[in-house]
Amino acid sequence: MRVLAAMSGGVDSAVAAALAVEAGHEVVGVHMALSRNRDQFRTGSRGCCSIEDAGDARRAADVLGIPYYVWDLSETFEETVVADFLSEYSAGRTPNPCVRCNEHIKFTALLDKATALGFDAVATGHYARIEHGPDGPELHRSPNDAKDQSYVLAVMGPDRLARSVFPLGHFASKDEVRAEAERRGLSVSAKPDSYDICFVADGDTSGFLRDRLGEQPGDVVDTDGTVVGEHRGAYAYTIGQRKGLGLGRPAADGKPRYVVDVDTTSNTVVVGPSELLTVDRIDAARATWLVPAPSEWTDVTVQVRAHGRAVPAQVRATSDDGDPALEVRLGEPLRGIASGQSIVVYRGTQVLGQGTVAGARRERASAAATSSAEPTAAAARA
Amino acid sequence: MTVTVPQAPGAYLDHAATTPMSSAALEAYVAEASRTGNASSLHSAGRAARRTVEESRETVAAALDARPSEVIFTGGGTESDNLAVKGIFWGRRSQDSRRRRVLISAVEHHAVLDPAFWLAGHAGAEITLLDVDDTGRIDLDALKAELAVGPEEIALVSVMWANNEVGTVQPIRDVVRLAHAQGIPVHTDAIQAVGQVEVGFAASGVDALTVTGHKLGGPVGVGALLARRDLPLEAVSHGGGQERGVRSGTLDGAAIRSFAVALHDAVTRRAERAARFAGLRDALVEGVRAAVPDAVLRGPDPAAVTPSGAPARLPANAHFTFPGAEGDSLLYLLDSAGVHASTGSACQAGVPQPSHVLLAMGVDEADARGALRFSLGDTSTRADVDRLCEALPGVADRARAAGLVSTRPLTGGTA
Repeated sequence: MRVLAAMSGGVDSAVAAALAVEAGHEVVGVHMALSRNRDQFRTGSRGCCSIEDAGDARRAADVLGIPYYVWDLSETFEETVVADFLSEYSAGRTPNPCVRCNEHIKFTALLDKATALGFDAVATGHYARIEHGPDGPELHRSPNDAKDQSYVLAVMGPDRLARSVFPLGHFASKDEVRAEAERRGLSVSAKPDSYDICFVADGDTSGFLRDRLGEQPGDVVDTDGTVVGEHRGAYAYTIGQRKGLGLGRPAADGKPRYVVDVDTTSNTVVVGPSELLTVDRIDAARATWLVPAPSEWTDVTVQVRAHGRAVPAQVRATSDDGDPALEVRLGEPLRGIASGQSIVVYRGTQVLGQGTVAGARRERASAAATSSAEPTAAAARA
Repeated sequence: MTVTVPQAPGAYLDHAATTPMSSAALEAYVAEASRTGNASSLHSAGRAARRTVEESRETVAAALDARPSEVIFTGGGTESDNLAVKGIFWGRRSQDSRRRRVLISAVEHHAVLDPAFWLAGHAGAEITLLDVDDTGRIDLDALKAELAVGPEEIALVSVMWANNEVGTVQPIRDVVRLAHAQGIPVHTDAIQAVGQVEVGFAASGVDALTVTGHKLGGPVGVGALLARRDLPLEAVSHGGGQERGVRSGTLDGAAIRSFAVALHDAVTRRAERAARFAGLRDALVEGVRAAVPDAVLRGPDPAAVTPSGAPARLPANAHFTFPGAEGDSLLYLLDSAGVHASTGSACQAGVPQPSHVLLAMGVDEADARGALRFSLGDTSTRADVDRLCEALPGVADRARAAGLVSTRPLTGGTA
């Protein structure tokens, strides 16, 4: 096959490219430039999008003896991933830009251009497996639980999965990947992992949003409407958030307070006790399926965060004004589900489909509301 | 000793980026590099090195119609351009603090543009970009008008002898005539011109001229700035002051000797080279037009001549835009077919940017993205041209298909 290896400059994509070469494919390395002004992007060792990373990718391609190009996808990236990020936060939702990047950039803009130029597939360094089942390609979790990226890949449709290759799919640990890199003389073998959002240069998401959306001071209120603090823009808050609320006085009952609602129309952040975060029903929009969409309630597991746990649930495909949607009955309650997060549906290790959380609520009054345990994660992003 | 020059595999049509070293230049380099001696040392080894440098200086001066004392060896074209733009700006301004304007053509190489804009950001310079017409030729009336506005405030004028992307030869003598009428010195970047069109330092009247080795068969990393002795020129790098006190650093005798050999050869054979390049270039232009009928040749018509009868375009240059295709797709596909070309414009981390030269010529940004430059050199053959023309129809079709994909609205909501 003619394979385009997407090379970020990190160790994973370098080893993925190496494995594609060793599998006998004709491989060309491509680094995606996602910003015209690359100084804006994270530099140093933690990113994937700086000029330094482009240099690392080039060097890895040299070592592998494959051609290397940089493709400028900055306009598309700004128009899709960054624009979505801003509009979702503006609407009081909490987007996952890595999901949107896979949806719009890696497996659409890059893959379609590669296909037009005569490539058969795009190889990336994602940790997920593609299995060829009786009904076509299936997307499965990586055996490496800590690194599994099936959550952010679930958004791709079946025809795109058929043109994708994940050479790291069977690796059980990152150390193994690093060892493979070292064995091949790839100097990126010791490069630290990237965690944060590549286009938020200093990791300060609130600051980035303020720069792009403007400062919009408003009130922080409790559930009966009493003003308990102020904020610089409701958009920067996430359901379930506890830190950085800047509340002057403790709650009357002395318990920690969490963001329980973000209303960007009235520019208000509502805080309350953790019990209010507990939900057992989730509605999701923009549903996509890698298997035939289940029209009846079906037993599955669902995952609502990139590195969260999957919980038992029932799901069925629905329609939201004609657009594919899905609804979920959780088998156990979850806390801090923000609109905008991706919800991914699994059966065992297999990804069935995904959607974007549009709303979450508590239907059963008994739902573990009395527990005082902390929410598992304050932020929804990977 | 015999040194053979390895040939690039495939059809190498990017000689304006760099061209292979000639055998003579490579032999001179290797012979000189095997000797020890710092041209600034006073012992016999140093004197031998000094002799090499000074003989080379005489060779360079003779090839370019200059005096040896006017030759300042540098580390290449970019350094020469920086020395000229910054050095003349500072030198002239220290004579008269009102002189802060810098007039440069809108189609200069980044090695001139960027130092000028650096001066604007750091030294209070005011930059005027001089317009060009749709062939890339400078508008002399606009220059005249700019010169008439407070000439006492102008530090220098810099206009390249010939453009590196589209091959336009500039009317340097006219630029000099107009600028000198106001007492303003002129620098010209002649990197692409030397060895293709006649370049004479004294005859042209320019005050400073940039030339480099690796575009004419010499090594990378060596070049010269020719500068009149009476030109106010401040140092940019400071140290031992080896070159006239304005350029410091131990002289690289091997590179200088090799550069001089290559320059002498390219200039001596200039007419013959130009005729051969022009013949190949005409075949290339005809072939590209036949292969991709809607490709647009950018820059002057190859047959055009200046009022003085000289070619209006560098004979080794051809440049096209391919509507609907992106330069990086074209480059990749041609590379796969064994043809090495260039988008001709500067890259940022390997990302081709829409060329400021094409934009200045009035080409719209979408068309500018589909640019390819083909440039010829001594090793170019008809077979190279044929290989390009065979590959092009398929390459252009496929690049267009990819171009359509990347401009198509994406599916999926972005809220």
